[in-house]
Amino acid sequence: MWVYDKKLEYPIKIRKPDPRMAKLIITQYGGPDGELAASLRYLSQRFTMITPQAKATLNDIGTEELAHLEMIGTMVKQLTRGASYDEIKNSGLDAYYVDHDRGIYPVSASGVPFTAAYIQSKGDPRTDLYEDMAAEQKARSTYEYLINMADDPDVIEPLRFLREREIVHFQRFGESLRYVQEFLDSKKYSFPSPKKS
Amino acid sequence: MSRDDLLRKISALDFYIIDLGLYLNTHPNDKEALTKYNESVRQVNSLKKEFTQSYGMLLANSSESRHPWQWIEGPWPWQKSFNFELKEDMD
Repeated sequence: MWVYDKKLEYPIKIRKPDPRMAKLIITQYGGPDGELAASLRYLSQRFTMITPQAKATLNDIGTEELAHLEMIGTMVKQLTRGASYDEIKNSGLDAYYVDHDRGIYPVSASGVPFTAAYIQSKGDPRTDLYEDMAAEQKARSTYEYLINMADDPDVIEPLRFLREREIVHFQRFGESLRYVQEFLDSKKYSFPSPKKS
Repeated sequence: MSRDDLLRKISALDFYIIDLGLYLNTHPNDKEALTKYNESVRQVNSLKKEFTQSYGMLLANSSESRHPWQWIEGPWPWQKSFNFELKEDMD
């Protein structure tokens, strides 16, 4: 189960509304390499993970991603607060506005609604950990592209924090994969066992 | 301590604890990291106690409430006014 901690993992205090940036950052809420996909991916995969180290890693990173989802929702909320109709029109957030007003809805930057097709849970612990390492790299790239599109330090600082977390998570998944490989090698059989023909 | 100073210290320590926890998951025999983890948990627990006594509830269902029920008191973390300014000299 989970318990709500009534604070953000990293503070967000955006003083200047910027609906253009909100339209881009929403992609880390409901986009292909976003935080919702990340948390669902890891929290689902953990049920079939092996080795104590890798189970704990998936469980805890999946949990941290929920805190990142909250940070992204917070950024979008603060970036749209107080924006005028003209600002919304000129920023390109108008299409989102007519569907959701200032509500936070999981879509990508190009407006595609969230889909579970963004994630995989394959049942093979090695396959899943390789996917997770790739996912962390894709999220890191996305944060770099977002930082390239931003100019307000109030926005850039939390994006930099989130980018750094992707790097740490990639490292921990790599270490977890090593534990899984060593365990499987020591068992002298492949997992899952190939079907005998 | 002011609410923001206290929350800044708690947030920094909680983040340190999250990061050390992830590290310990794949380095369970690292005594130095474990000592830092335990020390930080002790430290943050006493700061959280101080925070909840003066400024309201932090972790759901883990501290007592005054009357009336304090949990619904704003601001919430996604509101600008909840959050503190970052400072360079964070210890």
